[in-house]
Amino acid sequence: MSGAAEEADSPPTHMSEDSPGSSSSGGSGGGRRTPDLRGGDNGGGPRASSSSSSAPPDQVLDNVLESVLEFLTAARDRNAASLVCRSWYRAEAQTRRELFIGNCYAVDPRRAVARFRAVAAVVLKGKPRFADFSLLPDGWGANVKPWLEALGPAYPCLERICLKRMTVTDDDLGLVARSFPGFQELSLVCCDGFSTLGLAVIAEGCRHLRVLDLIEDYVDQEDEAVDWISKFPVSNTSLESLMFDCVGAPFNFEALEALVARSPSLRRLRVNHHVSVEQLRRLMARAPQLTHLGTGAFRPEAPQGEGMSVSELAPSFAASTSIVCLSGFQEVNPEYLPAIYPVCGNLTSLNVSFASLTAEDLTPVIRQCHKLQTFWVLDTVGDEGLRAVAETCSDLRELRVFPLDATEDSDGSVSDVGLQAISEGCRKLESILYFCQRMTNAAVVAMSNNCPDLVVFRLCIMGRHRPDRITGEPMDDGFGAIVKNCKKLTRLSVSGLLTDKAFAYIGQYGKLIKTLSLAFSGNSDLSLQFLFEGCTRLQKLEVRDSPFSDRGLLCGLDYFYNMRFLWMNSCRLTMRGCREVAQRMPNLVVEVMEEQNEDKVETETVDKLYLYRSLAGPRGDAPPLVKIL
Amino acid sequence: MAAAMSYVHADVENLKATELRLGLPGVEESDKMPSPPSTPRAGTKRALAGEHREVEPKAAPPAAKAQVVGWPPVRSYRKSCFQQASSKTKEAAPAPVVVKQEEAAVAAAPPAAAAAGGSLYVKVSMDGAPYLRKIDLKMYKGYRELREALEAMFLGFSGDAGSVNPSDFAVTYEDKDGDLMLVGDVPFG
Repeated sequence: MSGAAEEADSPPTHMSEDSPGSSSSGGSGGGRRTPDLRGGDNGGGPRASSSSSSAPPDQVLDNVLESVLEFLTAARDRNAASLVCRSWYRAEAQTRRELFIGNCYAVDPRRAVARFRAVAAVVLKGKPRFADFSLLPDGWGANVKPWLEALGPAYPCLERICLKRMTVTDDDLGLVARSFPGFQELSLVCCDGFSTLGLAVIAEGCRHLRVLDLIEDYVDQEDEAVDWISKFPVSNTSLESLMFDCVGAPFNFEALEALVARSPSLRRLRVNHHVSVEQLRRLMARAPQLTHLGTGAFRPEAPQGEGMSVSELAPSFAASTSIVCLSGFQEVNPEYLPAIYPVCGNLTSLNVSFASLTAEDLTPVIRQCHKLQTFWVLDTVGDEGLRAVAETCSDLRELRVFPLDATEDSDGSVSDVGLQAISEGCRKLESILYFCQRMTNAAVVAMSNNCPDLVVFRLCIMGRHRPDRITGEPMDDGFGAIVKNCKKLTRLSVSGLLTDKAFAYIGQYGKLIKTLSLAFSGNSDLSLQFLFEGCTRLQKLEVRDSPFSDRGLLCGLDYFYNMRFLWMNSCRLTMRGCREVAQRMPNLVVEVMEEQNEDKVETETVDKLYLYRSLAGPRGDAPPLVKIL
Repeated sequence: MAAAMSYVHADVENLKATELRLGLPGVEESDKMPSPPSTPRAGTKRALAGEHREVEPKAAPPAAKAQVVGWPPVRSYRKSCFQQASSKTKEAAPAPVVVKQEEAAVAAAPPAAAAAGGSLYVKVSMDGAPYLRKIDLKMYKGYRELREALEAMFLGFSGDAGSVNPSDFAVTYEDKDGDLMLVGDVPFG
C-alpha cells in the first residue's frame, strides 16, 4: 500500500503534514505557546533589526533566501522559517511548492492563494474522521469547489491535487481538467460525490496525467456507467500509477490492456473486482515492471474447475520481479494463492484484508514473506495465523487486523494471544490496528515492552466496556504501559473498560500524542482534564459515548487553539456549554449537529460537537442540521 | 434492518426452548448481557463469561444494548465490500429448492432475512417429499457439504436407498429477482 487509507488515518504518507515534501499553512504544529494565527501581511516576529521602516527590502538577500528555502520541504521547517521575520515570511511564501491544508475550513481559499504564489501541489483534508462511521449528517460539507475556484486562476501550473474526505462532484473534476493544463497527479482518498463520468473527464482532459489514485472512495453508481478507461488518449504514455479498486463499475478490459501496454512508466496498478485471474495474467504480461499490484477479485472467470489453473498463473508472478506491494484478493479463491509464492520473498507490503482466509490458507504464504513490513489481514486467520506472522515477519512495521464481522456481539477470532505473539515476534513494530473481542492487560503491557518503537497504537475491543478477560479489571494498566513505555507514540486509540485512571496515565506520559480517539470510556470529566492538561502536543481529539459534560469541555479552553479539532458525540454536552466555548474563543468555529428532530424543538442536549480553529470564521455552506454557534 | 432483526429474534425465541446452555438450570442470562441478535451459541459463551464478571462496571452508565451507529469503527467502505460479497450468496439463496431434473421447480417463499453474525435459515423443499425442512446456511462451509446435508435429509423419503440416484436431483434456489437459479455458480461465502 502506498500507505492507503484505513480505518482511521494514515493514508499515503505524503498526506501527513509531518513527512518531508509537505508543508502546512496556518498555525504552528503544537507547543504550548499561543500560536500567531494571523497570516497575511502581519505574519512573522520582530522586524529586520537595523533598517528603518522606510528602507526598501534587500532584494539580494531575498533572492538568496529564496534559493536557500527551496531546499526546505518539511511543513514544520517552513512554518518555523516563515515566523522569523518579514523577509523570511515573504521568501518562504514565494517558494512553498506544496500547500497542505489539514482542515479545508480552517482558512479561506482566497487567503491561502494570496499568500503562496508558486504552489505546484495541494493537499486538502475535509470531513472529520468520524464521518467514515456514518456519524456525520448527509451534506455536511467539505466541498472542494470553492477551493478549485481559487486554485484555478492562481496556480495555472498546478500539477498535483490530493484530497481526503472531501466531496468532489463530476463538475469539480471537469474544473480540474480545464484549469490545469499541465496537471499530473490526482489522488482521492475517502472522497465521494463523483462517478465514472467525472473520471472520464479527467482521463480525457488531463493529457499529461501520470497518477490517478482512487482509494476507498464512494463512487456513485450511474445507471449507465461511462467507460472511462477508454477515454485515456492514445497519446498518454506517461502513466505511472492507476488505482481504481474502489470503482465498482465494469469497464472495457481491452482498453485497460492497451493503456497498460503503452505505459512503460507504470509502476502501480490496482484494478477492481471485475478483473479475473485470466485477465490479470494478461495485464501482468504487459507490465512486468510493476512494483505495486492490486489483483482485483483473484478468481477465475468461469466457475470452479474450468478456469485457469494455479500453475498457469504462477509464471506471471515469477516474471514480475519488481513487485513489492500486493493487494486486492477481493473475492479470492484460496486455491490460487500459491501463485503468488514467487514474489513473496520480495514483498514489503501485503494486504489480504478483503479476503476471508483461514490460518491454513495464510500460513504457507506468510512463511515466505521474510521482508514484510506492512501487513493488513482479516481476523479470520485467528491467533494461529498471527503466530505464523510473528514467526516469520521479524521486520514488520505496520500490522492491521480487521474484523470480518464488525458487530459488537461477534465471536471475534483474534485475542490477546495473537497480540502477545506479534509483540514477541515483531519487535520493530511501529504501527498497529487491532480489532478483537477478548484482550488482557498483560498482553498490552507485553507489547509496550517488546515494541518500544510504536508510534501508532490502536486497539479496538469491539464489545463495549469489556474488561480484561482474565482478571476482570479495567484496561487502564495496559494502556498506561503503552504510553509510558512507547516513548515515540503519537497516535492512540483506546477501548475496553476504562476509568479516569487510564487518562491520568495518558496525560502523564503521552507527551508526544497528537491524535487520540476515545469511545465508551472514562468515569468523569477528570479524564478530559487530564488529557488537556497533560498531552501538550494534542492536535486531534475524537470522543464518543463517554460521560463527559460541559465542565470537561471547558477544561480545554486554554488548549483549543493549539489543536486542529475536537469531536465529541453522544456525551453529556449541552448547548450552554458549547455556546460558552464559542463566545470565549473567537477564532474557533463551534458546530453542533442535531439528531433528526421531528418536533423541531431545540433541545438543550448536544448530540454532536465539532469544533476547530479557523481563520475563516463560520462557514456559509452548512446544511440545516448543522448549527454554528 | 429492523424487520430482519425481528425475524432472527423470533428464531432465537423458538430455539431457546431447545438451546444447550452451560450453567445451572433456571438461571437466566442476566440483563447485562447483550440482547439478541446473538445466536444461542454465542449466548452460551457469554453466560460463562458472566460468572467472572459479577461486578457491573461502575465506570460507565449501563449502555444501551441496541446496536450503536458507527461502532465498531469499521469504515462503511469496508463493511459494504463484505456485504456485497455475502449478499451475492445470501440474496441469491434465500430459499433453496430441490427438484427432480425433469420436473418444474417449486418455489418456496424466501425469508430474505440475512442476520449479520447470526444464523441464516432457509426453507428447503423437494418434489415428492411429504414435508419441508429448514437448514442454517451458515453451518456449511461449501456447496459440497450443503449438498451432502440435503441428500441426507431428503433421500430417505424415496424408499430403498439403492433405488434413488442422488445425481437425479439438482439443487436450485429462487433469487431476489424471482428467477430459478442453479446452486453453485456464486462463491459460497
